[in-house]
Amino acid sequence: MDNMLKITNGQAIARASIPLVPFESFFTSLSTFVKNDGYIVQFFAFTEEDKNFILAVVRNSDLYVISTEVGSIFQSLTGQVSEKFHMFEREVAEQYGLRPDGHPWLKMVRYHPNYTGYPDVFDNDYAEEIPGNYSYFQVKGEAIHEVGVGPVHAGIIEPGHFRFQCAGEEVLHLEIQLGYQHRGIEKMLPTMPMKRMPIICEAIAGDTAIGHNLCLCQAIESLAGMQIEPGASITRCIALELERLANHIGDLGALSGDVAFNPPASYFGRIRGEFLNLLQVLCGNRFGKGLVRPGGVAHIMGEEQRQLLRDKLAEITPEIEHVCDLLFTAHTVLARFEHTGTVSKEMASDLGLVGYAGRACGLAYDARVAFPTECYQDLPANSNKVTDGDVNSRAWVRREEIMHSLQLITMLLAKHEALMEEEKAVQTRPVNLAADSFVVTVNEGWRGEVSHAILTDRQGDVQRYKIKDPSFHNWTGLAMSLRNQGISDFPLCNKSYNLSYCGFDL
Amino acid sequence: MISFLSLVLALLAAPLYPGIILKVKAFFAGKKGPPLLIKYYTLLKLLQKGSVYSTSSSFVFTLGPVVSFAAAIFPLCFFPFAGSASLVSFYGDVVLLFYIMGIGRFFTVVAALDTASPFEGMGAAREVFFSTLAELAIFAILILFYRLTGSLSLNDYFHGENIITLAGVSGALIVLVIVALFMVLLTENSRVPVDDPATHLELTMIHEVMILDHSGPDLALIELGAFYKLFFYAAFIIQLIFPFTAPFSILNMLLFFILMALVYVAVGVIESIMARFKMDLVPKFILTSFALVFFAVILTMGVLQ
Repeated sequence: MDNMLKITNGQAIARASIPLVPFESFFTSLSTFVKNDGYIVQFFAFTEEDKNFILAVVRNSDLYVISTEVGSIFQSLTGQVSEKFHMFEREVAEQYGLRPDGHPWLKMVRYHPNYTGYPDVFDNDYAEEIPGNYSYFQVKGEAIHEVGVGPVHAGIIEPGHFRFQCAGEEVLHLEIQLGYQHRGIEKMLPTMPMKRMPIICEAIAGDTAIGHNLCLCQAIESLAGMQIEPGASITRCIALELERLANHIGDLGALSGDVAFNPPASYFGRIRGEFLNLLQVLCGNRFGKGLVRPGGVAHIMGEEQRQLLRDKLAEITPEIEHVCDLLFTAHTVLARFEHTGTVSKEMASDLGLVGYAGRACGLAYDARVAFPTECYQDLPANSNKVTDGDVNSRAWVRREEIMHSLQLITMLLAKHEALMEEEKAVQTRPVNLAADSFVVTVNEGWRGEVSHAILTDRQGDVQRYKIKDPSFHNWTGLAMSLRNQGISDFPLCNKSYNLSYCGFDL
Repeated sequence: MISFLSLVLALLAAPLYPGIILKVKAFFAGKKGPPLLIKYYTLLKLLQKGSVYSTSSSFVFTLGPVVSFAAAIFPLCFFPFAGSASLVSFYGDVVLLFYIMGIGRFFTVVAALDTASPFEGMGAAREVFFSTLAELAIFAILILFYRLTGSLSLNDYFHGENIITLAGVSGALIVLVIVALFMVLLTENSRVPVDDPATHLELTMIHEVMILDHSGPDLALIELGAFYKLFFYAAFIIQLIFPFTAPFSILNMLLFFILMALVYVAVGVIESIMARFKMDLVPKFILTSFALVFFAVILTMGVLQ
């Protein structure tokens, strides 16, 4: 750990100061770190002057960075150290054609040719239609049957393929294959003019528009040395909390609908709309698009908006409590929620689950508390009482976070009103980024830890842009939830995680 | 003539009632809900469409909807609506009609398996398992009725002087039968808490998943068949609750159709106030209905006297 550099969330550092260590030392440092309750925030490859590098940002109570140079093959950390590296190493193999030697399950992540032009690690011919042609993990036996679901689903959910290996109603193994919505955002962003970057980041995952865009804007602000006004900071926090509220409430409604308990599903559906409308009050878009921009916010929150927010919150807070009570006291609902899709704390910690999925298993990590940005250091933290790792816990964590967020918004509104200085709306304009720098930003989106990292080159252009949606960690959690569960409980488990397909596919 | 008329009336009215369930559910959810006649519109819409058949399915697939529809209409011909005599009736007809319904199910299942879809196979397995359990309860009811009336004909149960009813001497036993029959109704017609007719999640479905591949007029037949099946069970319960002893009259008929609505309202209320069971709890639920009737049968044996 001595050879890692401690960094601060959203503070740009010179690339020269990032420790570049031999691979053996990189391997042992990360092993020790991850085994001692350390988690991975970013783990990605980049190339420079025909050399390949891997950079890792890890966290315990602080953030650390370390990097190494590798050849086209390197020793896998997944195989020997921890499952936490699993997806990251597969991603590295896919994006840069670097083979993690000894990886237990080296398989494509999103199906695309690598960036470097190296021979494909998975021996794929991308001229062919590959999705669906991949050999899945199979369980053999007389009584085993395989159920394939998707990539086209009933309803309006995104595409993803789920392959169940079942013995009767019991699921022995679930394999999740995504990548159907890969748009190449990471590769596209460095080529984009600055004006378009926030718009693209808002579209990484439509339900996390604020979360992802906030990460981008903070990174740019740090690289360009911009200061943002306290008022803008408060507006950003309010927007992030409104996004959390809208999604959590929508999820509780959907969970209720999945167990065929209709009244809360309808009520929550309507209340979710109210929060989306509040985001519209802030910026004119129901998903908060066009609000957060590098340097501040594009729409100033005035007295009129504050009043609308306050009135609406006063009106719907009791309604939310009431409907939550209706949902959580129905014994038939509890019978479905409890002991369904359980992931133990050990398992969650091995996989490195984040967000409500992690908190429901007893991993208290909340980026708002651990690495506060904007005005979160002045706000109270939330704690969760129900942490059994089942669907019920994930629902309860949401309920507690909803009440917590409502309280935060009220405090933020009071804070905003007390501000004296005049605010100015900002629009994106091209700024010069610090050359040869590195910045990583971490925010607690509604789904969990959202993180962006930017490496700039000598000219101050973006050389490598790395995005990590919390879904990248948590999809494996869903697969584990289904072990030895009834296959008919899959939709409920899936909804209790409500992970992003496009946020994963990038 | 009256028997024939009441049958036609029943066939025409059956699609109205599921609309009531939807209205009740909408009321509990604070919504307006679809129009009361929605099911008629749906049927009309489906009948105007064409059917799509998978290249991997055979004639068995097309046979499914037709046979299951016929099997759903069949029991209604034996039913003495509102105290009128049955259109057809003979000794042992109850046994026949429950097995004819079984044939309908068999063809639905075979058609589902014919699609070779993993979902439909799963749904078929569940449907067959659960309805096997429900059959136990149904035949326990028939045993009880045989002991009460010495007959095996629907007409003898509900038509004439000596009918089975809640108000009769064995009313206490009929309470158990009504509860059990309502549970069987929920099971056989894939309602909450056994199944969720409104879900779009294939993996959780029981009955709905088996008909995913049917479309157009085929689907209309299946839907209509489902309405008749539900109507049959609801009518069965109403006849037990309310004795239509008086000779057939228009008033009786009207009363019958109004009372029928109550069963559907009850279904709607249950669907609104409770969630679905976990799949492994469903067999226990169905066997409870069997246990109730079996208890009633034991009581008739005079062991406890």
